[in-house]
Amino acid sequence: MTSATIRPIRSGFSLGEYLTCLNGIVWREALRFLHQRERFISALVRPLVWLFIFAAGFRQVLGLSIIPPYETYILYEVYIAPGLMAMIQLFNGMQSSLSMVYDREMGNMRTLLVSPLPRWFLLSCKLLAGTAVSLLQVYAFLLIAWFWDIAPPPAGYLTVLPALVLSGLMLGALGMLISSGIKQLENFAGVMNFVIFPMFFASSALYPLWRILESSPMLYYVCLFNPFTHAVELIRFALYGQVNWTSLAVVGGCTIAFMVGAIYAYDPSRGLIRRGPAGGET
Amino acid sequence: MTATDAFSAGQNTPDIPSRPEAVEMPALSIDGVSHSYGARQALIDVGFTVAPASFTALLGLNGAGKSTLFSLITRLFGIQRGHIGIFGHDVAHAPGEALRLLGVVFQPRTLDLDLSVTQNLLYHAALHGIARRDGRERSREVLARIGLADRAGSKVRDLSGGQMRRLEIARALLHRPRLLLLDEATVGLDVKARADILNHVRQLVTEQGISVLWATHLFDEIGSNDDLVVLHQGRVLAQDKVARVIADTGGGDINTAFMRLTGSTAQSGSPTS
Repeated sequence: MTSATIRPIRSGFSLGEYLTCLNGIVWREALRFLHQRERFISALVRPLVWLFIFAAGFRQVLGLSIIPPYETYILYEVYIAPGLMAMIQLFNGMQSSLSMVYDREMGNMRTLLVSPLPRWFLLSCKLLAGTAVSLLQVYAFLLIAWFWDIAPPPAGYLTVLPALVLSGLMLGALGMLISSGIKQLENFAGVMNFVIFPMFFASSALYPLWRILESSPMLYYVCLFNPFTHAVELIRFALYGQVNWTSLAVVGGCTIAFMVGAIYAYDPSRGLIRRGPAGGET
Repeated sequence: MTATDAFSAGQNTPDIPSRPEAVEMPALSIDGVSHSYGARQALIDVGFTVAPASFTALLGLNGAGKSTLFSLITRLFGIQRGHIGIFGHDVAHAPGEALRLLGVVFQPRTLDLDLSVTQNLLYHAALHGIARRDGRERSREVLARIGLADRAGSKVRDLSGGQMRRLEIARALLHRPRLLLLDEATVGLDVKARADILNHVRQLVTEQGISVLWATHLFDEIGSNDDLVVLHQGRVLAQDKVARVIADTGGGDINTAFMRLTGSTAQSGSPTS
């Protein structure tokens, strides 16, 4: 066969190209979210059911003492609001990973993975896009909660933003890591049972840790080592303009660990290599 | 305007690389590539080259290893053994440079059905770092060329199978690659849509100098002047001009040549004409 004379292409990518790529991935994720109105509604209905029904019912049963960051007695609805915000992000993170598994099964994921930009960057963009979508949902929830008299200090709406970004990244990275290990869409139902429910219930989202300690020391330690507990506490403190340093360290550390794991798992020479070609391909 | 006419209109000039040094190399070089899924060997010491501005048909039965090879070239899978280069850029060590020069149409559809035609193209443009304004301009260009300008705002799920395939090819060309890979690109299409797509891809070779690797199991998609690589059960059985492969095997046509090359082992299904 013949050869021809060509000149080599330039190496590396400019900052503009990186930003264009990030913008494109976030834009696509937002478009998909807007097209899936049911997803937005269900993302809101879930925490609102907890807030309006569960919290109202348990208000009289579950008394709360004054614990930081609160400076006075609070309603149970006020207590569980940060937990429900984190729950929105937890479900969104898992929804994003479900979407990645679906994209991989349907072939759409290839469009992303054959981009010439570094794969770690593509996955990070995907993660940021998912987090941005979760922020929309959380603030929509806060708006509705405000009408229910659950109103943190006005500055809290701003101070909670960095905490939401970090917790959104952590839960999104966890979802991405999980998605790398799921080979078939059908297997994803297991994630509900083995990840979402245990993480949510074994945390401080619905009841303070001191109450759990009273009833079961072992469960207390499970909750204490649950990263979701720290996401909840990070959000809770940030909502009142405070920083829970322990939670910040745990959430930050887990974000890095989950992200590194996901990038490792999506590396073609590692995670993807164990899978055969999609059905029907050879 | 027919799809073929639409395909032939316009120009798609590949990006001109920025560094001035001139080098001479094949569009695609595959050297000693082996790949296995656990104990099952999918590719065994595969090696061939695709010349610049050539149409190379990769012929093989279902299960021959064509899609695995495409997954390795596009870095969806890691290369276990051997080397793959795209215009001299090693896919394993310089994936960014290699993938920049590559456009690919996979066997399964990879379009986002819920997004519009233009949105799919803009997403692809962004993934290649092409700014939005430039992406819009290129999208208009390619849509006019494939005769889908009037469907720019339509959701992809509303397109026919042939239109989707044409859109995928247009998308693969949006970043102006120099090498185009198509994996069974005409599967599931009617005769006319198949012919339109094949003609368009051949025009890309002759008019724009794009190199094409066309994976297929259909004999009638292979022309007498094409370069041919026969892949069977993970091994390359022949690589040459079609006429020479036919002559070397003593068969009167590509069908017979293929059967002689693969012998009695071609039982899992046979290519069709």
